[in-house]
Amino acid sequence: MNLFCVGLSHHTANVETLERFGGNAKLDCLLRNSGCAEALLLATCNRVEVYGASESRVSTLDIARCLDRKIDGHNSPELAPFYRYEDAQCVRHLFRVACGIDSMVIGETEILGQTKKAYEVARASGAAGRYLHRLFQRAFRVAKHVRTHTDITRGAVSVGSVAVDLAQKIFGDLGNCKVLVLGAGATSEKTARALVSRGVIDVRVSNRSAERADDLARLIAARAVPFADWVAQCREIDILITSTSSEVPLVSRDQLQPRLRERIDRPLFIIDIAVPRNVAGDVNDLEGVYLYDIDSLQSIAEQSLAQRCQQIAAAEQIIAEHVAKFDESMARGLSRASQLPGHPPVDESSLRASEL
Amino acid sequence: MRFNFFAVGLGFVFQTAFLSIRGHALGRCPITNLFEVIIFVAWAVALFYIVVGPAYRLSLMGAFTAPLVVLLQLFALITPIDHPHHGKLPANSWLEFHASVSLVAYGAFALACIAGVMYLVQERQLKSHQLHSIFYHLPPLTDLFAAITRLLWWGFALYTLGLASGFLVGEPLPWGQIVCAVGVWILYGLILQGRYLHWFAPKRVAALCIVGFSAALTLLWGITFTAQTHAP
Repeated sequence: MNLFCVGLSHHTANVETLERFGGNAKLDCLLRNSGCAEALLLATCNRVEVYGASESRVSTLDIARCLDRKIDGHNSPELAPFYRYEDAQCVRHLFRVACGIDSMVIGETEILGQTKKAYEVARASGAAGRYLHRLFQRAFRVAKHVRTHTDITRGAVSVGSVAVDLAQKIFGDLGNCKVLVLGAGATSEKTARALVSRGVIDVRVSNRSAERADDLARLIAARAVPFADWVAQCREIDILITSTSSEVPLVSRDQLQPRLRERIDRPLFIIDIAVPRNVAGDVNDLEGVYLYDIDSLQSIAEQSLAQRCQQIAAAEQIIAEHVAKFDESMARGLSRASQLPGHPPVDESSLRASEL
Repeated sequence: MRFNFFAVGLGFVFQTAFLSIRGHALGRCPITNLFEVIIFVAWAVALFYIVVGPAYRLSLMGAFTAPLVVLLQLFALITPIDHPHHGKLPANSWLEFHASVSLVAYGAFALACIAGVMYLVQERQLKSHQLHSIFYHLPPLTDLFAAITRLLWWGFALYTLGLASGFLVGEPLPWGQIVCAVGVWILYGLILQGRYLHWFAPKRVAALCIVGFSAALTLLWGITFTAQTHAP
């Protein structure tokens, strides 16, 4: 039996091409028309891949035809962006994908959840048989091994997620945190949304234009606060996000100090994502205040990404070992597997929320 | 995390066995010399970690607790401080209660000190924007501060009980010891008072936990040393 992978990803195709081939995926078509004995489709926003097992070679063109949404029966899809991996290369590629090494953001964990879901769909429909079962179960084990034994998933790599991670390292459970968003721009909205997604319930929005504050408050289920009241709010809030277009700092040390005396036992996390900065740098010297501007958040994100990149070699080493073991087991044949009555479903609890 | 818990737990079982055997041999609570006192304090630290730690989501403290327990035990084993008592020591139940409860309080103070160190390390990294590998392993600041507060209360309550029972011993205690013990009690009382009246920011409370435990350890060493020096 021949194991193969045909697909395209952000490495080889633009968004338009990914959309073209990602939206028409039908496993029954793949199985029926292309001659695959087993097939599994992994379609995410950054990749469209078909993993298959077949007795005879299935051409890339046949697979591409099944995926192409523009096909009219006469035209052949442009095959240039498609890559193809066979046997050991296919195994290695899937392991790399499951570990997040092939992702746009190195080490991201969402892809593992997506891979598990794709496997579950193929298993439930009967499209994935014993060959793909062995391959994908091994891939999940490799991903877990790599995660446990390397730091490839450690640290946040985007400004928003760095801010949220820091908030969690200061406050722990964000459910009781009160957040004030100063400025109603797109960046503050993103950051506020990221915090809400991690459990923040109490969000307040303040902006010079009350109308825009109302609009943003509606969008993120927050409440608008008059701009004149934002300083008074600093007594109550735990996280302050600033992103106004003010040319001079809005938040100064002298302004904050009297408010902080009343809340000495509670830290204040300030995320200043405005350029130029809205918060004077010496505010960070105040006891219990943790000020991060866009540069420091960006720098942490870059550090994390660099650390993840340093882990690639270690992850590749683990993957290579598993590929060799998998090849050996395939060479020994699937006699033991063939005696199994069926293929167990993926444990739903293992589809962690972070991966979905 | 789970490994830390089981490692400290296993150590605790051995410590309990040792103290039990020693106690049977002595016919009283095994806190008769500096060696036994240090082992008893290490046992109390492990006890607090096992009993209190998981309840307050402090299991990560094992990474800090285990080295402290190991250091205390190594010190006790390596240094020649295990001076045997000749003859059976007279048992005084109030004295034993006073000493053992006070030493268990030391366990709580030691853990508060460890949580204080963890707080200061984490706070320093957050303030300076220099996030090292340990940053990702340490608990959040507010959780650590909650843990410090609770451990201080446990320690303070037990220490108060130990101190009060010291007045029921029925034997005259050295004035110097009494003054120092009351001094440590006042220090921890002030830390708790300052924490609730907002005199001190959490960072100061964390630092004071380290100061308080250092003072308490000095007192403990002084008491044990004096007791050994003046032993018949």
